[in-house]
Amino acid sequence: MQVHWRQSLMSYTFLAPALILLAVFTFYPLLYGAYLGFTEYSGARFANHLPPQWVGLRNFETVLGDPLFRTALANSVKYLLVVPALQLASLAVAVLVAKNIPGIALFRAAYYVPVITSVSLAAVMWEWVFNREGTLNWLLRTLHLTTPEAAFGWLNSEQWAFWAVMLVTFWRGFGYYMVLYLAGLQAIPEELEEAAILDGASAWQRFWRVTVPLMRPTILLCTLLSTIAALRVLEEVLVLTNGGPLNSTYTALMYVYAKAFQGFDFDYGVASAAGLVVALVALLLSALNFRFFHREEQA
Amino acid sequence: MSARTAAAPARVARPVSWRRPVNTGLRYALLGVILIFAVFPFVWTLAIALTDKTAGGSIYAFPQSLLPSRVTLHNFVDVYRTFSLGKYLWNSVVITGLTVLGTLLVSALAAYPLARFRFPGRGVIFGLIVLTLVLPGETTFIVNTLTLKNLGLLGTHAGVVLPTIAGAFGIFLMRQAFLAIPAALLEAARLDGASELTILTRIMLPLTRPSLAALGIFTTVTTWNAYFWPMLVLSGAPDKAPLAVAVLKLKGQFNYDPFNIAAGSIIMMLPVLLVFLAAQRLFLRGMEGAVK
Repeated sequence: MQVHWRQSLMSYTFLAPALILLAVFTFYPLLYGAYLGFTEYSGARFANHLPPQWVGLRNFETVLGDPLFRTALANSVKYLLVVPALQLASLAVAVLVAKNIPGIALFRAAYYVPVITSVSLAAVMWEWVFNREGTLNWLLRTLHLTTPEAAFGWLNSEQWAFWAVMLVTFWRGFGYYMVLYLAGLQAIPEELEEAAILDGASAWQRFWRVTVPLMRPTILLCTLLSTIAALRVLEEVLVLTNGGPLNSTYTALMYVYAKAFQGFDFDYGVASAAGLVVALVALLLSALNFRFFHREEQA
Repeated sequence: MSARTAAAPARVARPVSWRRPVNTGLRYALLGVILIFAVFPFVWTLAIALTDKTAGGSIYAFPQSLLPSRVTLHNFVDVYRTFSLGKYLWNSVVITGLTVLGTLLVSALAAYPLARFRFPGRGVIFGLIVLTLVLPGETTFIVNTLTLKNLGLLGTHAGVVLPTIAGAFGIFLMRQAFLAIPAALLEAARLDGASELTILTRIMLPLTRPSLAALGIFTTVTTWNAYFWPMLVLSGAPDKAPLAVAVLKLKGQFNYDPFNIAAGSIIMMLPVLLVFLAAQRLFLRGMEGAVK
């Protein structure tokens, strides 16, 4: 019994640093942040040591009635279009690099390099690509798809900046998911693939009829991770366009960030309320994701 | 693995046909196109960084700008001197070093009892840590900034580091490693009168060195590259910013001298790239995602 007591004391001593840090910087902000969503709390109140003031649902009315927030949320939802593209491409690339042919290790490693690239570096490099005189326009010109007169800066275009930012997300993500899919692929017994070959299935059929169904758990995990990340997109936008031009790349978390830390007075209450709305949408999407893949499994 | 090798001779040989070399060629062509997509920005940045800017060429003169006619290392010296790159590099080193040390220490300490002891509340704590993986963190950065301000840590390196070091990834990674150590070894040490702290430092940690290294490497890369959180915490203290934050200021600083910016970018990328090349098996195994 005494040993038991000592073991408990020892356990909690060892756990203390992690528990304190998690309590202060993970759980407290979650609860307090949710509370702030229902209060009036500004930079001025905080500076004057005044407590947040309960205002009920007023912040949510403000947020949902704000055209900027609606644009931002719509952009974040539109950003989800990156998910199917990213997942399908990553899975296809994983299939492509799964076979051990000479030099394949080099390709796998090279595809992962964008993943370990800081978003700020990506911004520096991709700005050169998207520039009016950049490589993208050069490529299109070389392929005779545009003329020099028609060239424009992709990140300055209201129509194209959104897709340019998305391309950077895609670039930084496909190696990451490739690795996850590769791990899943290596768990598929080779016999299945061979049986399909013997049955005369083409590579296309094998991909859709053998690989994809067997990879469903991995696909669910990756889609989930990627969906939540896409809905929360902020960094790429901050470093590439800062929400512009004309709010065409302004996302929901950008709104949260700007309300809390930019402008004349910081509005933590409205920012937190907007954050809660985004969290709710993320939750809904996760549930949808699960349902979708679960139903397919039963079919 | 061995079963697969043994079965190889029995495998049905595919009919040899003209399709095979064509397929292989196609495969490499596809791999090559994706390779260009993945690494082109780096290649170009490196080319710009090495270009002698006094030669008067434009970085946008394709494809000549990819193969600079006059190569120099001057841009690296220039950006280091004029942008006080050393200061930001040092900030990155301090922030990354502290984060790695903190993460290893906190994770290993927390993981040990979770892996090895039975005590009241263990299940609850375990559940709470799992919970951090799925909880929405949309507003966390707001409250954490206020907390740091109240603690007097806003605008300090400690403020950047402290909120990031305790996490489910590190704790579970270390717990997994501790679980793999045979219990008999610990029993023997206890019978010899070793204290729990001795067991942790003399037996557990040396035996889990590969996992500690893995956690250290992942943390190094993530922290070195982190942009949003250090930017937020250090927005009032630009002199303490790490390279990942400072590199974006290069633009304004030099009236947009692309050669210096490219050189600065290469300097920032190099440490991460070296770590990755040395430990690529770790990254390409997909462990990072498996625990996340």
